[in-house]
Amino acid sequence: MTIAIRTDDLHVYFDKNHALKGVSMDIEMNQVTAVIGPSGCGKSTFIRCINRMNDLIPGCTVKGKVLVDGMDINDDDVDVVDVRRRIGMVFQKPNPFPKSIYENVAYGPRLHGVVETGNGKGRRRKHTKRELDEIVEHSLRRAALWDEVKDRMDKSGTSLSGGQQQRLCIARTLAVDPEIILFDEPCSALDPIATAKIEDLLVDLKKDYTVVIVTHNMQQAARISDRTAFFYLGDLIEMGDTKQIFERPQKEFTEQYITGRMG
Amino acid sequence: MRKNRHLPPREKAIQLALTVATWSSVLALAAVFGELLLGALPALSSISIIDFFTGTVWNPSHPIYPLYGILPLFVGTMMVSFGAALIAIPVGLGCSIWLAELASPRVKAIFKPAIEILAGIPSVIFGFFALVILSEWIAVVFEPVTKLNALNGAIMLAVMMIPIMVTVAEDAMNAVPMSLREASLALGATRWETVRHVVIPASLSGVVAAVVLAFGRAVGETMTVLMATGNATALHFDLLRSVQTMTAAIAIDFGEVEFGSEHYHVLFLVGLVLFVMTFLINFLADWVTRRFKEDY
Repeated sequence: MTIAIRTDDLHVYFDKNHALKGVSMDIEMNQVTAVIGPSGCGKSTFIRCINRMNDLIPGCTVKGKVLVDGMDINDDDVDVVDVRRRIGMVFQKPNPFPKSIYENVAYGPRLHGVVETGNGKGRRRKHTKRELDEIVEHSLRRAALWDEVKDRMDKSGTSLSGGQQQRLCIARTLAVDPEIILFDEPCSALDPIATAKIEDLLVDLKKDYTVVIVTHNMQQAARISDRTAFFYLGDLIEMGDTKQIFERPQKEFTEQYITGRMG
Repeated sequence: MRKNRHLPPREKAIQLALTVATWSSVLALAAVFGELLLGALPALSSISIIDFFTGTVWNPSHPIYPLYGILPLFVGTMMVSFGAALIAIPVGLGCSIWLAELASPRVKAIFKPAIEILAGIPSVIFGFFALVILSEWIAVVFEPVTKLNALNGAIMLAVMMIPIMVTVAEDAMNAVPMSLREASLALGATRWETVRHVVIPASLSGVVAAVVLAFGRAVGETMTVLMATGNATALHFDLLRSVQTMTAAIAIDFGEVEFGSEHYHVLFLVGLVLFVMTFLINFLADWVTRRFKEDY
């Protein structure tokens, strides 16, 4: 197995609050890795380090390394825009833009254009209408939403149901062709049927992408993930194969949480 | 809405008081409009309405042949307010974007109230500043025909428009949920791309309303332009020459006009035109606000 993301002694502070206390973790490529733990344990903070979304929070300091493809994304030389293009994120509450379904998916590709490599150097150009149409259709198909929206591509993204909105957000993320996709409790605002659809989708996506999902739903982690990490009060308590974590947890904290005696 | 017939007297009294308050403000507006209309009507019978709207000379105090062409005043108003808008829109929007998107919370906590205080300064103070200081600066930089001119008024009005614009536009941008910005940034958009493609479209109705509102204020502003622009009534399109606006004409002429004379009634007519203009501008703002509403 190849390591997609490696964190090394990762600390996060919100002003004086020490939210993440030295997390070192390996996340493997083309697997679903679940991050579980009680509210406030730092699990969202952790995945927001991977695409540097914590940069946006005033008073937030990140220390330690996050290596993606062997490169530390916290390095000053790294372009954060490039990091976020390569590492997509789907949020807790579906947040489609108040634009048409088509424009929602085309948003990322339109920003980045196509990089053409001719005679040794890359040139950036805009997508043609046809290329864009193809990306939009392909991304919507991949997010299992195409059949439901293909006849109303010009309707607002916000007119869809919650579950559809979340799949639209996934399609929007897929459209920029990331390597890693981070999911921050993607089903917490959805009903069970919509949740099941997203879960199927996540398992399917790992063929092409590395998936990291934060969830407070332990059954969900057990159902869809290959490996599970348990966080408690800013510490990574235990990480291992999902089966092992749920059946034979090594740490007492983990067992207490999984059996519902804590959190 | 179904009425509850068992309301206690206290509730009834409060409802009545609120209804009265609302009606009295609506009635006050109607009364002002009625008064303008009644005052303007006699003018319509003594002068030609076509001459009024197309006349290029405003010389109401001529003893034998008074001329009541509104064009010089109208053009004066437009030059000053469009000139002000041209300055205020880029500065005001830039300021709103900076406050909403870039400023740290601590800086914003100082700047926003400071800008809002600017909106509360009496217009006579701005007029005084334009008359005494700004006109001198303009004189040095542009060497204008007259020291008090349209540009002087426009710049001063722009300063007065900016706080109104910033207050409204920044609120609109602030109301755009953080989650939409995060969505855009997480797709690899830069901060500016996010502002341009997400924040501005989502807050466009508020931003446009801010611009139109500020413009309406500029058209109706009297004291500042009266003091700043020199009040010459010749028709021209030179920003560096003196102009008189419709508002200033009413304010100045009313002081000396003979009660009930033709001139007196024509001033009501000018006021009516001004009233209709600002009404249309506000109506436009309302329409635009609803037309471009992006629901998030």
